[in-house]
Amino acid sequence: MTNLLAVAKKRLPTGNDGLTLAAIWVLLVTVPFWLPLMGGYTALASKVLVFGLAAMGLNLLLGFTGVLSFGHAAYFGLGAYGAGLTLRYLVHSTSLAMLAGILLGGLAGTLFGALIVRRRGVYFAMCTIAFGQIWYYIAYSWNDFTGGFDGLRDFHREPIGFGPLTFDITQGETRFYYFLLVIFAVSVALMGLLLRSPFGRTLLAIRENERRARFLGIPIERHIWLSFAISSFFTALAGTLYALLNNFADPLSLHYSLSGYFVVMTVIGGMRTFWGPLVGAAVFVLLQDYISSMTVNWMFFIGAIFMLVVLFFPRGLLGMRRAATKEKGA
Amino acid sequence: MWQIVLFNVTNGLIIGAFYVLMALGLSLILNLSSVINFAHGNFLALGGYLAYTLSPTIGYWGALLVSPLLTALIGVAVERLMIRRIYNRDPVYSLLLTFGFAFVIQDVCRYIWGPNGLPMGLPAMLSQPITPELFFITWYRVFMVTFVIVAVVGLFAFLRYTRIGLRIRAGTFDLETVATLGVNVRNLRTFNFAVGCMLAGLSGVLAAGQLGINPNMGDDLLMTSFIAIIVGGVGSLIGTLFGGLLIGMAAALTTVFYPSASEAVIYAIMMLVLLVRPRGLLGEEGMFT
Repeated sequence: MTNLLAVAKKRLPTGNDGLTLAAIWVLLVTVPFWLPLMGGYTALASKVLVFGLAAMGLNLLLGFTGVLSFGHAAYFGLGAYGAGLTLRYLVHSTSLAMLAGILLGGLAGTLFGALIVRRRGVYFAMCTIAFGQIWYYIAYSWNDFTGGFDGLRDFHREPIGFGPLTFDITQGETRFYYFLLVIFAVSVALMGLLLRSPFGRTLLAIRENERRARFLGIPIERHIWLSFAISSFFTALAGTLYALLNNFADPLSLHYSLSGYFVVMTVIGGMRTFWGPLVGAAVFVLLQDYISSMTVNWMFFIGAIFMLVVLFFPRGLLGMRRAATKEKGA
Repeated sequence: MWQIVLFNVTNGLIIGAFYVLMALGLSLILNLSSVINFAHGNFLALGGYLAYTLSPTIGYWGALLVSPLLTALIGVAVERLMIRRIYNRDPVYSLLLTFGFAFVIQDVCRYIWGPNGLPMGLPAMLSQPITPELFFITWYRVFMVTFVIVAVVGLFAFLRYTRIGLRIRAGTFDLETVATLGVNVRNLRTFNFAVGCMLAGLSGVLAAGQLGINPNMGDDLLMTSFIAIIVGGVGSLIGTLFGGLLIGMAAALTTVFYPSASEAVIYAIMMLVLLVRPRGLLGEEGMFT
């Protein structure tokens, strides 16, 4: 027991040294000031935050529990549709819409996680892909309710009120970016706390050696299930933000290729690092934006980049950095 | 009424036949190498396109034989150059590699053959209906189903009665032991991958005659093949066979009574299987769990 926990306790491989942390937050807070100077626009940064949050949620499962889900777009898209449908049909309230989206996506993940928690490896991945496609298919074919292939339109985010204060997020890219940033910061803090808790350490132990962890009496299935559920709640939250960002929810946000993109973002940034998925999301969003403005054959280039990453940079950007500093220290 | 039912049953058989060919190839690769080949649907499209390009020169029958073999050759190159490198890594890498590769092939097909659907010319004798009453059953459909049956029987006979087939089946259970017995596992996996791609290419040629060819013709079949494998049970080829037929028939029969639910039925069957018998209908407990 002590041996295993000692390994897990040694240091969370989060890349959380003070300097990195400060750099990341300074960069994020000042985005609206420097991004336009570099030819970008703030909505692009908002997209990075949303995808980054979704990928970080996925990474709780993928990088820190060692379980491969290739269907997280389902929870993302359910979050988006949950928020969009609430705003369109039920109430004009951003916070209630977000709550509905988070519950819809998160509970779907929780229920499905319980169903497949005993599967492992590629079989687990295949089940998550197929389950995700159910929702794509429903959103695609239920034309009257979800808008079908064209997506769900005719809703928009509403000002948010905290008691007497109202915060108008309906206008202005920059204002909405800061709204996203606050939610992102809270979520990331929660994830960090979770990974530092005994529960988070146990997840690491399961990732490192499932059989040994089982012999120590850790209820593996329950831990993986909880990790799956928590991860899908965070991804669903990102999905609701995506719907609010675009005032639009489309079936492609449920499609398995988006699940694949989330996994790619995580791997590009570094699967076993805390901030990797955010970095990966930034790289991915910028690349996609750039390539699709240059050529119609963007799929070829994106696909080729995925393959190159897998073959030559499997540890990702932050993972490589960590390996380099480790070698220097040794 | 009986004509509508019969029409949909033949449709179910034909669609089920595609599912089966495609899913068997996926299943072969999955069982021996633990790789989910996301590009499998694109190998199918490739088979169709190659047949389209070749048939003016070597005729339909020639293309039917040659283009699956060419697809298999491409599969050998892909396995040797890329997939081989990631066998011993986390499964996430093989998924991402084939996922990216699927994008690449799809765009290459679109670049070479254009984004629009292409018709596949058939020999005149195959496009005739069998009888005037059964106008919807062309000889092509009969031929196709027969061909698929022959191919599937051939595959199972090959796995059952040849030395290589025995090694593939043994490797499915325990690849390490097979390797220590002196079998060249590297070549075995390459060969197995090629057989899987050949099956995809074959279903591509057959599908081309029925549905035409377009760059993403394999995408829908890919997802259904996953479901066929999950329903049938991972690790069991017979299971995949039954899974494919089952969901093909179920979808077709639903079409008779409630057309818009035909795809929902497939997913419902999958959820039911996962709920009641998570290993799949003919899956072995513990093999891939």
